[in-house]
Amino acid sequence: MNLLSHSALLVGLPMAEEGAHAPVVAPDMGAGGVFDLLWLVIALPVLGAVLLLGVAPFLPPSLRATVDKHGHLLGTAMAALSFVLSLVLFVTLLGRDAEERQIGQQLWTWFETGSLTVGMDLLYDPLAALFLLLITGVGSLIHVYAIGYMEHDPRRRRFFGYLNLFVAAMLTLVLSANFVGLFLGWEGVGLASYLLIGFWQHKPSAAAAAKKAFVINRVGDIGLSLAIALMFATFGTTDFGAVSELAGEADQGTLNALGLLLLLGACGKSAQVPLQAWLLDAMEGPTPVSALIHAATMVTAGVYLVVRANFIYELTPVAQTAVVVVATVTLLWGAILGCAKDDIKKALAGSTMSQIGYMMLAAGLGPAGYPYAIFHLLTHGFFKANMFLGAGSVMHGMNDDVDMRHYGALRKAMPVTFLTFAMGYLAIIGFPGFSGFWSKDRIIETALAENLLVGILALLGAGITAFYMTRLMLMTFFTSKRWEEDVHPHESPRVMTVPLIVLAALSVLGGVLLLGDWIKTWLEPVTGTVEHHEPPLPAIVITLIITAVVAIGVAAAWFLVGRREIPREAPRDVSFATRAARADLYGDAINDAVVVRPGAGLVGGLTAFDRHGVDGAVEGGSLAVGGLSSTLRRVQNGFVRSYALSLLGGALLVVLALLAVNLR
Amino acid sequence: MTQYIVLSAILFTIGCVGVLTRRNAIVVFMCVELMLNACNLAFVAFARQHGNLDGQITAFFVMVVAAAEVVIGLAIIMTIFRTRRSASVDDASLLKY
Amino acid sequence: MTFWILAPIMVAAALGILFVRKAVHAALLLAVVMISLAFLYAVLDAPFLFAVQIIVYTGAILMLFLFVMMLIGVDAADSVVETIRGQRVMAVVLGLAFGTVLVLGISQVTFGVVVGLDEANAGGNVPAIANILFSRYVFAFEATSALLITAALGAMVLAHRERLTPKAGQAELAAQRMRDYAEHGKHLGPLPSPGVYARHNAVDTPALLPDGTAAESSVSRVLAARGTVRSAPALADDIDDVRRQLAGLEGHSDPAAMPETSGKAGAPASTEEDVDKHVDKDVDK
Repeated sequence: MNLLSHSALLVGLPMAEEGAHAPVVAPDMGAGGVFDLLWLVIALPVLGAVLLLGVAPFLPPSLRATVDKHGHLLGTAMAALSFVLSLVLFVTLLGRDAEERQIGQQLWTWFETGSLTVGMDLLYDPLAALFLLLITGVGSLIHVYAIGYMEHDPRRRRFFGYLNLFVAAMLTLVLSANFVGLFLGWEGVGLASYLLIGFWQHKPSAAAAAKKAFVINRVGDIGLSLAIALMFATFGTTDFGAVSELAGEADQGTLNALGLLLLLGACGKSAQVPLQAWLLDAMEGPTPVSALIHAATMVTAGVYLVVRANFIYELTPVAQTAVVVVATVTLLWGAILGCAKDDIKKALAGSTMSQIGYMMLAAGLGPAGYPYAIFHLLTHGFFKANMFLGAGSVMHGMNDDVDMRHYGALRKAMPVTFLTFAMGYLAIIGFPGFSGFWSKDRIIETALAENLLVGILALLGAGITAFYMTRLMLMTFFTSKRWEEDVHPHESPRVMTVPLIVLAALSVLGGVLLLGDWIKTWLEPVTGTVEHHEPPLPAIVITLIITAVVAIGVAAAWFLVGRREIPREAPRDVSFATRAARADLYGDAINDAVVVRPGAGLVGGLTAFDRHGVDGAVEGGSLAVGGLSSTLRRVQNGFVRSYALSLLGGALLVVLALLAVNLR
Repeated sequence: MTQYIVLSAILFTIGCVGVLTRRNAIVVFMCVELMLNACNLAFVAFARQHGNLDGQITAFFVMVVAAAEVVIGLAIIMTIFRTRRSASVDDASLLKY
Repeated sequence: MTFWILAPIMVAAALGILFVRKAVHAALLLAVVMISLAFLYAVLDAPFLFAVQIIVYTGAILMLFLFVMMLIGVDAADSVVETIRGQRVMAVVLGLAFGTVLVLGISQVTFGVVVGLDEANAGGNVPAIANILFSRYVFAFEATSALLITAALGAMVLAHRERLTPKAGQAELAAQRMRDYAEHGKHLGPLPSPGVYARHNAVDTPALLPDGTAAESSVSRVLAARGTVRSAPALADDIDDVRRQLAGLEGHSDPAAMPETSGKAGAPASTEEDVDKHVDKDVDK
């Protein structure tokens, strides 16, 4: 304990105060009313997925053609219905007292084995409520958008089935009242992500990216499953309620292990260093997928996990420190990647990594950061989905070209896309008044208050964010035309622009959630509250500093990108830093060197040992026996007289034995 | 008494060596008969040694069995000879490695 | 006394079986051993076995051997070359070791006083054996009867040859003969008998063809294999002799024309019997 507190002091994080436990999760099981329909939120997209994926392929051809033609409407309707229900639930929850805002629902006993009972239980609390709104809301908008985006894809029905499957799994993840149910959703979104990244499986790059995402996610999943197993071994249950109640009694080592294992799971799903390599490749999937799964919802599951498991993290400063370190590294890592990428989706993906880093950072800062982590998660969900969909709209108009060096001056060609994208842009860089401004500002402020170094690095990240987002904006919508000859940029259809407009509006107005610290109060039953450390400077000064840093980033981008001629081909003679960033900071190389090549070497060695050692022993043995046999079989020469001779030898031996026995 | 048994042993051994060295199936057969007869001599001698007739009875049975064996054996030799045109036991050596 | 006379004879005869090259000789030597054994049985107070040994073994079984030998070729002699490497040496070494160990072992045994069969044979040897055989050994006896019947059946089955193709009739045989003549020029008519136009009418004398050469096909293959066929050149002197005699007998006849005319105008006196006498006389000279 001494050592632990010492290390915590070194980083300068506060130890969990004695007795300041996170709030115990104690859901109200008999809320009744509209809450009885909680299961329906999940069941609707499940129904959509089952109908579109499970039933449709077995329909008679004529009926199937109809489903293929109109199936996307069913999928969208399911997502929208789910959203309506979520909205009703949310409003109902708003009407309850703060203490009664944890609603539980027991559906059935999933499995019972030995002393372990896992129920299919749901937990609807303020945290889940916000996630429900985000998932179903943004999900519905992206469904609508995808109707237009995937219009010419022959497998659109299947795409919408996968999307519904994803929504259902994500809802299971956030609604489950125990870690096993959460794990079910966790794996479900992993599966959906795999299927959707590789949706254009005819492209080898897409198939490889899907596989890569799947494999790296498995590494994180090992962490999560081990954490669940450890939880069961320690507490005998995986219910949030019981674990949050018993967590205080566990010893520090177990808690540290739990926290670190959960962090490993979160790293895999949220693309945090060192399991970050899959996210940029995941952009091989269709753009609505990138927007929904790899920007707004699934990748933030790690943040959800850390916030949800606050009752564990509050007790383990070591794991909290690890979260902060991982988050800080990732937010800079992603930001650096975003600066170097010419592929618009990959630049956005780097930005996503970086922004999730911010969320994780806030989540690692304890109760003071949890509300802002979720707040930033929501605003990021809005503006990043907005920008991804905007990027998709641009690609739609540019014949699916993703290279920003081939864009330029698109603001005239696609005004709606430009304007909505600009809203997202202003939000993400933290332009005062926009949603990102509020959320990021609060995170940096909290970080500065908790730890100066981390706070300054987060501030630096904000500057870099401003730089790369401005670069993206300039290369895409401003500067000179660099289009291909046969490209005729055009505005996307209404079905795509309307979701853009809605999301843009949310990006602008997301900040209202902070009015009167509403989100903090709202999440208090989940995250608990703690005395806020005073930042080293007054809040208004910090805000000004942040704004200044952002302005510097924007200005740098303007001078480095906006005022120069942008070559259509990426220049080759660039600094080492640029080359490194283009190569994803050698993330793949590191994975190759640390895991893949030693693994391949080990497997090669094992197969060589198997082939030469084991097979050699076995085959050598059989060869020896075979050789001996072919020598010995010469004895069987077919001559009766030879056999008779051996018979006589045997008789001689018998007689000798008899004599030896008798004469003894 | 010993001399009868020794003679029996000598005749038996000669029969053995005959079986091992001769190749004509009929001669081999004769050597087998010689061995049987050597045994019979021992049986009869022991019958006298012990003063009961069981040994003689056994010798009698040996003769009967030998007669049956000769009948079958010679028939087999004839059959082999008929197909292989040879009475050498070494020629029937196909059943080998 | 009898033993000491018979034993060396038996051992010598038995050893002879090992060394003689012809199967017939081996059978005869085996007969010597068996008859000697019979006498030893008599000496050993086993008169019934004495008789059985003579009748069954020497009489029946050995005759069977000789009979089979006749069927498969009496003349077949063993080659003295050993074909299996080391077989003969190993057989002798192992045999000597076996015999030595047996003899040494037996000589170590003290047999004690010979009880003798006087008491057992009191009412006669044959009734005593019958008593035991039909009381204590009756099942074994019945079993041996079954064995003998089985053996007889087995021998019949083994010796029986199933006819796989229909028996060739006279017409087929004639057609085959004509075909052989057409294709290979094989002689169409009956084979010449031995001794025809020859000095001798013995079966080992080949017939002479019109041009004076010997017809090998007129002599049995077995005799040819044994090498006991008398060739025409060896008979040349006899033939000349006969010609001279015939010339002397008739004076005017052309000796070369004699064979042709002998069938029609040949003197009845010139029978083969006469010729034989002449030859004998010649040989005697």
